[in-house]
Amino acid sequence: MLPYLIKRLGSLIVSLLVASLVIFACIEVVPGDPASFMLGINAQPDTVDALREELGLNQTIAQRYMSWITGLLTGDMGTSYTYRSPVSDIVADRLQVSLPLALYALALTVLVAFPVGVLAAARRGSATDLSVMGVTQLGIAVPNFWFAILMVIVFAINLGWFSAGGFPGWDAGFFAGLKALTLPAVALALPQASILARVMRSSLLDTLSEDYIRSARAKGLTKRQVMWRHALRNAMIPVLTIIGLQFSFLLAGAIIIENVFFLPGLGRLVFQAITQRDLIVVESVVMLLVFAVILVNFLVDLAYAWVDPRLRARS
Amino acid sequence: MAETGFLKSAVRSRNLMLGLALTSVFAIAALVSLIWTPYDVTVLDIASKLKSPSAEHLFGTDHFGRDTFSMVMVGAQTSIAVAFIAVGIGIGLGVPLGLAAAANRGGWLDEVIMRGNDLVFAFPSLLIAIMITAVFGPSAVNAIIAIGIFNIPVFARLSRGAALPLWTREFILSARVAGKGATRISAEHILPNITNLLIVQGTIQFSLGILAEAGLSYVGLGAQPPTPSWGRMLAESQTLISIAPHLALFPGFAILLTVLGLNLAGDGLRDLLDPRIRRTGR
Repeated sequence: MLPYLIKRLGSLIVSLLVASLVIFACIEVVPGDPASFMLGINAQPDTVDALREELGLNQTIAQRYMSWITGLLTGDMGTSYTYRSPVSDIVADRLQVSLPLALYALALTVLVAFPVGVLAAARRGSATDLSVMGVTQLGIAVPNFWFAILMVIVFAINLGWFSAGGFPGWDAGFFAGLKALTLPAVALALPQASILARVMRSSLLDTLSEDYIRSARAKGLTKRQVMWRHALRNAMIPVLTIIGLQFSFLLAGAIIIENVFFLPGLGRLVFQAITQRDLIVVESVVMLLVFAVILVNFLVDLAYAWVDPRLRARS
Repeated sequence: MAETGFLKSAVRSRNLMLGLALTSVFAIAALVSLIWTPYDVTVLDIASKLKSPSAEHLFGTDHFGRDTFSMVMVGAQTSIAVAFIAVGIGIGLGVPLGLAAAANRGGWLDEVIMRGNDLVFAFPSLLIAIMITAVFGPSAVNAIIAIGIFNIPVFARLSRGAALPLWTREFILSARVAGKGATRISAEHILPNITNLLIVQGTIQFSLGILAEAGLSYVGLGAQPPTPSWGRMLAESQTLISIAPHLALFPGFAILLTVLGLNLAGDGLRDLLDPRIRRTGR
């Protein structure tokens, strides 16, 4: 396990390095000078100079990159020039919304997809199976922000069960916070749960057609015992892959869904930063999101190796 | 003979037929809207704003009095064009990269291409779009680039994976013996054998592209006014949902049905063109 871990850790670091270079380069190719880009064409020359000084634009590119990276590593993401406060403070604040939202949506996804996928596979070809396949086909095709708007019309405007948007903050109580995140989490989870339920179903069907399942049935185990003891565990590998991929879709989706519900999360932060041309915030938040995606994929790889010893041996 | 057999099973595939029917409705709407729409979408008619659906305005009108039905028709142009070109970028760059990687299996080129793929995969298309927008400003072209970049590794992986087993086959060996180089073999022998796979994946990426374009223009990173787009129509409808919920319905259904149509067509094509590969739901 250890050599595998070291190898994967090495490629994790290389990926992060290259990603940071790409993001840094994107911001560097801003037409003209970043300081005047951020301040707009009507800015006073001395304001531009002050910002140039603050951004360290008088240093070389290499120096700037190094100070950005060392900053990131020590938790210092610079100072947002629109909010006039440390980016790391703003990000920490916004993460209190985005992270619970992503986890809530992931939990919903798994909680719905597993039983539905198992049910469909266990009753292959039945009316249950067909309706699961039909509903999930729709779930995949629905744009989640539109589904979110429809839920607002039904559950917020007509029924009044939820508020149409906004976040009261965790100070208002755990359940008040959770309630405000419920519609957004459902909207995020719908397409992902549909995909995962289908993957779960087809992976189980593949496993159920294996010889060892037939042997298990032949030695007298019931269908249910075979499903729980043998099939489920072996069907998990493709399911794990998809869950890992889904995390990055959830993050990306959250950026849009936060805008539907006016949630003060990372997604809205990025959009506000773009409209205000606050490149310092854009650069660091994008890096943070990419870091999250790369890290999750790394963890999924480790999970594979843990579930499936053959993968460890291969490296 | 083989041709008619293919057509027969194509017509018998319910998924494929339903998918093609749905997709054609929107493709035709987009084409027709190039020369004709029930109302001119560039003319504002404030007197008839926010009308509910009626015989006169099938889908009602928006806050500027524009006919929603006509807007949905013209919006189909944007969605289809953006997604189609983005698939083109994915195939145009991804397939040669994948074929080159497969031809140099285990070599440094293979390694570089595949690592590059992993890296692009780590950037969700929305983040690519955000970066591009932060620097160059929002536009339909930037949306195309963002979705297109996301498509490249998808096609590169697919074509590499499909090409690798082909390289060990006899007909490739005989082409090598005949003195053909790797590039010619890839183009003349490998590519024709993976076309079916590319068509199926192209359909799937097309539908993902429609969804991505809608999402991007919903948050303002896609096509800019006055170009009508389904995503932006939904964004504009959102402030009016309590007084005119119909505005949020029709563009959404347009996206849903187009994507559904493409997915069904993709399923049907996959069953038809490559019965060995079972659909896993993605």
